[in-house]
Amino acid sequence: MSTPHPLAPEARLLAAHDLAGLILALAIVGIPHALRAPWWLALLTLALYGWRALVFVWRQALPPRWLLLVLALVAMFGVWIEYRTVFGRIPAIVLLLLFSGLKLMETRTHRDAAAVVFLCYFLLITNFLYTQGIVEALVMCLALAVITVTVVGFSAPQRSLQANARSAAMLLGHAAPAALLLFLLFPRVQGPMWGLPQDAQSAVTGLNDTMTPGSVAELAQSDALAFRAEFAGPLPPPRQRYWRGPILSEFDGRTWSAAPTLLAEHGPRLRGGTTVRYSVLLEAHHRHWLFALESPAQRPPRANFSSEGHLLASAPVRVRLRYEMVSITDGQPDSGEDAGLLRHALRLPAGYNPKAKTLAGEWRRASAAEIEIVTRAVDFFRKSNIAYTLEPPPLGHDSVDEFLFSTRAGFCEHFASAFVFLMRAAGLPARVVTGYLGGDPNPIDGMLTVRQSDAHAWAEVFLAGHGWLRIDPTAAAVPARVESGLARAVPASGALPLLMRQELQWLRGMRYNWEALVHQWNVWVLGYNPERQRDFMSWFGMPRADWRDLAAALLGTMCLFAAVLLGWSVWRRTRPDPVQSAWLRFCTKLDARGLARAPHEGPRDFADRAVLSVPSSAPTIRRISDLYVALRYGKAGAPSEVAELKRLVRTFNPA
Amino acid sequence: MLRALRNHPRWLNWFYGFTPPERGTISLGHRRVYIVPSRLGWMFAGTLAILLLGSINYALALGFALTFLLAGLGLAGMVHTARNLALLVVSPGRAEPVFAGEAAQFRLLLENPSRFDRPSILARHVGSGAQLVVDVGAGSMAEAVLAVPAARRGRLALGRVMLETRFPLDLFRAWSYVEPDAHCLIYPHPLYSALPASGAQAQGGTAQAPTRGNDDFSGLRDYQASDSPRHIAWKTVARTGNMLTKQFSEDTAEELWLEWQRVNPALGLEERLSVLTGWVLAAEQGGARYGLRIPGNEITPGRGDAQRAECLQALALYQLP
Repeated sequence: MSTPHPLAPEARLLAAHDLAGLILALAIVGIPHALRAPWWLALLTLALYGWRALVFVWRQALPPRWLLLVLALVAMFGVWIEYRTVFGRIPAIVLLLLFSGLKLMETRTHRDAAAVVFLCYFLLITNFLYTQGIVEALVMCLALAVITVTVVGFSAPQRSLQANARSAAMLLGHAAPAALLLFLLFPRVQGPMWGLPQDAQSAVTGLNDTMTPGSVAELAQSDALAFRAEFAGPLPPPRQRYWRGPILSEFDGRTWSAAPTLLAEHGPRLRGGTTVRYSVLLEAHHRHWLFALESPAQRPPRANFSSEGHLLASAPVRVRLRYEMVSITDGQPDSGEDAGLLRHALRLPAGYNPKAKTLAGEWRRASAAEIEIVTRAVDFFRKSNIAYTLEPPPLGHDSVDEFLFSTRAGFCEHFASAFVFLMRAAGLPARVVTGYLGGDPNPIDGMLTVRQSDAHAWAEVFLAGHGWLRIDPTAAAVPARVESGLARAVPASGALPLLMRQELQWLRGMRYNWEALVHQWNVWVLGYNPERQRDFMSWFGMPRADWRDLAAALLGTMCLFAAVLLGWSVWRRTRPDPVQSAWLRFCTKLDARGLARAPHEGPRDFADRAVLSVPSSAPTIRRISDLYVALRYGKAGAPSEVAELKRLVRTFNPA
Repeated sequence: MLRALRNHPRWLNWFYGFTPPERGTISLGHRRVYIVPSRLGWMFAGTLAILLLGSINYALALGFALTFLLAGLGLAGMVHTARNLALLVVSPGRAEPVFAGEAAQFRLLLENPSRFDRPSILARHVGSGAQLVVDVGAGSMAEAVLAVPAARRGRLALGRVMLETRFPLDLFRAWSYVEPDAHCLIYPHPLYSALPASGAQAQGGTAQAPTRGNDDFSGLRDYQASDSPRHIAWKTVARTGNMLTKQFSEDTAEELWLEWQRVNPALGLEERLSVLTGWVLAAEQGGARYGLRIPGNEITPGRGDAQRAECLQALALYQLP
């Protein structure tokens, strides 16, 4: 028994086509990682793949272990220099890529090859930490196909590639329904189960809870998706598409930041207005706030209203989140407000922007009512002729003064910041609101797509007896920004994101189609979370399904599936051969006439004997035996011949 | 006690789903195909668990998709592995007699009645560890020849054979046991010694080997299927293309009796049979007409493969049931 088991993977050496399959699979799963990894590491990994191929072609010995160990240590040192750690998520993934090359260098048998295949799976899944689009899914399918063909080749080394590909296709075809079932019914748990590493949310573009001159302009140059909204009724007009986000009421002379959050029992109280129903599919931004059209009238599950009237999720939005919303547009706001909050909304740092303070003081003295101050301010912006640009000039110490009186060019955050400063200086409680304005309606599926390039900042002023009023100083100065979006408002300067440019209409058309597809993908594949799973189950009459119901449904369906398969195979086995059963019936008919077929007697001999005793049906008997012989022992017969045999036997009557 | 139970034949027969030996063709029903994950299969399961945890923790929808596709692949692999073995039809082929000490070449015919091919099926003789990997094409047959060492003369039963496969993914190991009713006749191990002198009454078995058998050539006749290849006139065949057999004059050849009594009585039973076996081979080689006389059995003199086989069989089965 000392001979190695010939089917054990450790006993079978790697063949040329196995190695080729492995390298191809590694290349497919490794390319996305290689594009992100430091160039030297990507190159090193590629060199290792090439080296392994050459070692095979030239029939050299594999390099010794110590050499690989030295290589690994040197590369790890390089990674440490690059990232100052080797334990973070990104360095770990980069090292995984490198180890795939190192493991390939010591791959001798199918056992090592199986380890490389497992590494491929890990490289595939770690890529999803970065991106989970349709393209990535297709690449995953391609990689799985290559891997499966290769693995089938391991266990059948003598088979042709076509035969192995056929087997792999059949395996994947059988795996797909099971995978779909598992995907739909496997009880989903909302992660994370343990703390995410510190770098889990690195470099997500989106609104921040601070605002400095230039920060929104920078954000507005990104085409990245912020969220999508699907409206039950018609789209609200562009001037109502204010998506309220973080509210900034602290100012230190340069930076606006959010005040400590206080939760409120209810949202803003409104009188009148129009009710708008819609749902939002929010991209993960790793912050608490949820976006809603001004003003939200209800709160989604696991979210609260803040005292400033915007929505906060109870946990940071780490995965794409879908929520249903109702908003009331153009309502009359409630006139009451907490006195402490109003005092807060008047504070200004001392020693900044003297010119603006003087201007605000003049307005205050000249106005009879608070509303008049606001009108004067809006008027001031309307007539100011300040340029609206994505590339605002840098500002110094007195940022508001410089913006209003010397540089006279800025983006929405400059307008909002200056306006709120003026209002506070004039003694009116005011605050900066950041969020998004507008959105791009997709003609294909009617979804409103809101991108980072729609980021906007505006102001809210509290007027006694009126409550908080939204004032958009940018809209006053540049009305086109509200009605037609960023692209028409900003002079064509080249700083616009590609998809915002007017001249590329055909590109937008293609983009609309693609985005409609991506939206379905996001909702049904990426957004398939515990809630969606419950919705899905309620279609099948299982509302409020918990994990036990799901497990039962999963097992039940699988058992049903297995039972159907089993029944089918049993039926196929026991189904009698029609040719044989027709022949047996023929024999029974002759037997009834006293003409039994002897066990040793072949069909022709039996027919000869039958013709002698029933000469009247000789042609029929001959034809039946000929057909039987041809169908049973010859090449596959035509269905018409089988039918003829059956008909002849049925009508056969040995008189 | 558990061990005794585990090895109890009735329990084993129930467990393996058949009562040995099995006559005729054996179809491997699903009931007797066993399947467990291989070591690689357990590693695959561990990998899936890690992928699943990662997908849950990072809420990776495509991670779930990958994990579940791989899980589905594992399930499909299990079914395909079992399918690769189930309903295979096994029948024993003929095993040519060999001498003790050689390896009996048991033939197993593996017939694949299905429309798919069944690659990488290992046939392994449980007793000896003789093994062979064969591929059985769709709707065709393959032959596995198991070289089982034959230590003793007599009828060697094939015994239990394990059929195993891990195709297509190596994740599962499916196996089945068969014990076809196959036997191989094992002749005694030949001991070569000088032939006894011709003539019924010669004693001692020390006479020189007869060489005259070859001289009794009496002519050529047409080849018949039963003729020994040794008597074919190969030179004539090469020259004319006609298969002709050399004929020897039977009358001129002396009859040689190979007798139990002529073997050195000091030898044990098996050694005496071995000496007789050697004589039979030498006599046939020499072309003599020979007969065999052992207690309870007498084979009248003759010549050729049939005579040789009859004598050797008598020796092989001497005093055996």
